[in-house]
Amino acid sequence: MSKKLRVATTSLAGCFGCHMSALDIDERLFTLLNLIEFDRSPLTDIKHCGRCYIGLIEGGVCNAENVHVLREFRKNCKILIAIGSCAITGGLPAQRNHLDLGSCLTEVYLTEPGLAHGYIPNDPELPLPLDKVHPLHEVVKIDYFIPGCPPSGDAIWKFVTDLIAGKTPELGHGLIKYD
Amino acid sequence: MVSDSGLHATYLGPILERHGYAATSLLQILREAQEHYGYIHPSAISYISVKLGIPRARIEGVAGFYSFLHLRPHGEYRVLFSDNITDRMLGSQPLLEEMCRQLWLQQGKVSEDGLVSINTTSCTGMCDQGPAMLVNGRAITRLTQQRVQEIGQLIRNRTPLSDWPSDFFAVDDNIRRSGPLLGNTLAPGAVLSTALTLGSENIIEEIKQSGLRGRGGAGFPAGLKWEACRNAPGEARHVVCNADEGEPGTFKDRVLLTRQADLVFEGMTLCALAVGAQHGYLYLRGEYRYLLEPLQAALQRRRENKLLGKNILGQPGFDFDIVIHLGAGAYICGEESALIESLEGKRGVPRNRPPFPVTHGYLQQPTALDNVETFCAAALAIHMGAEKYRAIGTPKSSGSKLISVSGDCPRPGIYEYPFGVSVREVLADCGAVNTRAVQVSGPSGVCVAASEFDHRLGFEDLPTAGAFMVFDDSRDLFEVARNFVHFFAHESCGFCTPCRVGTALLKQTMDKIAAGHGTQYDLHEIENLDQVLQTSSHCGLGRTACNPVLHTLRHFRPAYESRLKSLEFKPAFDLDGALARARQMTGRDDAGAHLKTEGA
Amino acid sequence: MTDTFQLDGATVSFEPCQTVMQAALTAGRYIPHLCYHPEFKPHGSCKLCTIKVGGRTLSACTMPAEAGLQAESNIEELNALRRTLLQMLLVEGNHFCPSCEASGNCQLQATAYELQVMTPHFNQFFPDRPLDGSHPDILLDFNRCILCELCVRASCEMDGKNVFALAGRGITKHLIVNAESGMLRDTDIALEDKAMHVCPVGVILKKGVGFSVPIGARRYDQRPVGAQALDDAPRPAISGSCDACEGKS
Repeated sequence: MSKKLRVATTSLAGCFGCHMSALDIDERLFTLLNLIEFDRSPLTDIKHCGRCYIGLIEGGVCNAENVHVLREFRKNCKILIAIGSCAITGGLPAQRNHLDLGSCLTEVYLTEPGLAHGYIPNDPELPLPLDKVHPLHEVVKIDYFIPGCPPSGDAIWKFVTDLIAGKTPELGHGLIKYD
Repeated sequence: MVSDSGLHATYLGPILERHGYAATSLLQILREAQEHYGYIHPSAISYISVKLGIPRARIEGVAGFYSFLHLRPHGEYRVLFSDNITDRMLGSQPLLEEMCRQLWLQQGKVSEDGLVSINTTSCTGMCDQGPAMLVNGRAITRLTQQRVQEIGQLIRNRTPLSDWPSDFFAVDDNIRRSGPLLGNTLAPGAVLSTALTLGSENIIEEIKQSGLRGRGGAGFPAGLKWEACRNAPGEARHVVCNADEGEPGTFKDRVLLTRQADLVFEGMTLCALAVGAQHGYLYLRGEYRYLLEPLQAALQRRRENKLLGKNILGQPGFDFDIVIHLGAGAYICGEESALIESLEGKRGVPRNRPPFPVTHGYLQQPTALDNVETFCAAALAIHMGAEKYRAIGTPKSSGSKLISVSGDCPRPGIYEYPFGVSVREVLADCGAVNTRAVQVSGPSGVCVAASEFDHRLGFEDLPTAGAFMVFDDSRDLFEVARNFVHFFAHESCGFCTPCRVGTALLKQTMDKIAAGHGTQYDLHEIENLDQVLQTSSHCGLGRTACNPVLHTLRHFRPAYESRLKSLEFKPAFDLDGALARARQMTGRDDAGAHLKTEGA
Repeated sequence: MTDTFQLDGATVSFEPCQTVMQAALTAGRYIPHLCYHPEFKPHGSCKLCTIKVGGRTLSACTMPAEAGLQAESNIEELNALRRTLLQMLLVEGNHFCPSCEASGNCQLQATAYELQVMTPHFNQFFPDRPLDGSHPDILLDFNRCILCELCVRASCEMDGKNVFALAGRGITKHLIVNAESGMLRDTDIALEDKAMHVCPVGVILKKGVGFSVPIGARRYDQRPVGAQALDDAPRPAISGSCDACEGKS
């Protein structure tokens, strides 16, 4: 048997909904696991992405850590896939793009009623937010996109198995969805 | 509301009265209404809406279309620096910055006391005597540091524009080379007398025989257009003169309107005789507002001399008159169908064609619409006779052509040549040395590199509407192209998707490259955008908006490549800069509070 | 007798005064479009319906049908162009489908599905376009406006009200309403107006009925937009005049 393809997955400014949806492929997960093995992913405890064939990223880029992780994936994955609305358009987190980041932080940490002695967290451990949330393709080159919020398990299955089979993935009516 | 409307009635009443409450005069009414407060008051729109029976949203739509109309206070003094590349080459940018500093304001914003705003505008047609600006619509040329300081002082002192030194407003003709057109000494009415002996059909035949082609750039045979207009069914026919000379780098119509106003009107009247029109319109670009009074005076003289009005030259039934319509800052109105929309008092959006203006033009009636220079040339051709006229120029481009020369040369100005003159000859005549490239016919035209200087101006080789911008070897052709791309994005009417969004994307991509974030990926993007603009845009603006980039990429690719990073892809924004606001809010500056550029 | 022309190699018959779009839709042949609507004069602004005739590109919705015409529409070159145009529209506005009441009924979305647009590709403009919730029954969400002018045309031509108009120019072009306050509540719009029902995206929404049809059971969830071409075919007796011939603007 040929070597299994390594696949890494992660969620940046996302809700893990796309990961949950990926689990909706149900028993096909076993078929898939005959073909691939997971590198960094919520399913493993690997902290950094190694050399992979496919990287799947959900969520947009909203802070410095997202940028580091995204760059690491880009460096190590032959094929990088943006999965879900947030990764592809910025999605829900990008709804803050109309607001000034400073006033967001001020309202959340300083002026929100009920906050006594609030302060804006400044621990160096915390990643700093970017002034705007960006879709992945505005920060690194992305090879493929699986739209949907989230894309259905069937769409993810079709897309990934097409890719593994060496076909240009195509999602027909009912599988391609933005919502 | 009531008192408001009473307030507006006092100044709007006479304006509306003068325009006969005609919806077609909406743009003219708005222009004049603006002169009262320096902007168009919301209640004034309501008032005009009621009086003209036009929905107020549509009036707002019209006002919002034109750069020189404002729906919010814009300063008692509205300063606009001409932003053509030739103005920039003459140092307009530092002058603008200095003026902003002097008057303590930010470009594009109105000063807190409401006194002044400073911004840029598309080419004002003063390229041979730039840098130039418009103050409340009045052209000022030959800006220097000293002149800009004086202007700042006059503004601070609230000196009325009428009391400013008159030499500020002096506009030179700079005629460097004359020919049959500029050198003519025709008496007003001379051509019309000849024309009357010919009669309508023979005029058209003569124009066809002369080989005269439109001087606005497209080069449609004038005789065929006039004939089609005359033969088109309609209740009334119109003659329209396109004096919306907006193509950056072009200023020859300005000189014709200054020096040869009678010939322009003579040509229009000739056309009216040929096609059977009774109404003429001269669409004068807003930037040439200062020409309005002299042109009105010329029209009045012609009326007094029986060259306009009823029974022209005593010929029963030869009735024709001309109205001047002022534009308000919209390049797209140089496109004939957009011009007609604007003439009808609407947003200047190009129509779907066919049908063409010759059959469905102004108010859907047959309309002969030609460029200023075309009307002059037509008058000249009738005067000289087709055969003699045809002997000038080349077989496919008969007659002479006015070239507006600007940029890197010691003798910018107007040059009249027979068609067929080579780029090299023009360069020699204007004294240009070490020329790297010439932009022929403006941003929508062609960028001609040194290897092509033997090409000849004419419809069979290098068609031109007249602009001739010279760039020497100190110039960066990428920056030239970027200036033109900004121009198109600013002037896109926004009607169709490819032009509205495509020109904005093209601008973003050029800016990305200029900011040092460009890669090969972006050059590929530019080429793709060019393809989309070229194939799917609604009108010529979108279809030619990519020309500056296509041509400079072809001839001066290194000007782009030298700016590229070696990486395959880079973000359009500075990632570390995107953390600046968060650093400011948290007071952090540790290593984790920064993002390094990848690969650096 | 009707004449015919060729569309992608198939013979399409047409009536006098029909455009290529009208004839194609009547024949059940889909040409992607957004600003075209069978009940209104052709507009020709979205450019989705760009076709090729003899090497030239033209808008099918404004191009009068001519006997013997050889037109190409469903070819990769044009579909690639259409994808780019759709991507332009997607980044120009704020199209956040997961929160949009029109999702599933949206022609922009359905057309993008049809043409397999997987990504907006360009950088998002994220324009700032405030909502207008001033009217008791109607919400305006300008974020989704694609400037097709269908509501402008419907309000003017059918409702006789001129509730909507366009202002600005170029990339700043935007939809406005007919009131000095700029608010919809100060216009004479009514729920029965045609303008309420022509928006191809999700700008003009009736309040209080959101998501009454669940996602998954909506118009384009049933069948792809291309399979619904006949629904978009011209309906008879719209007006006496012939737009294609007279070209009234």
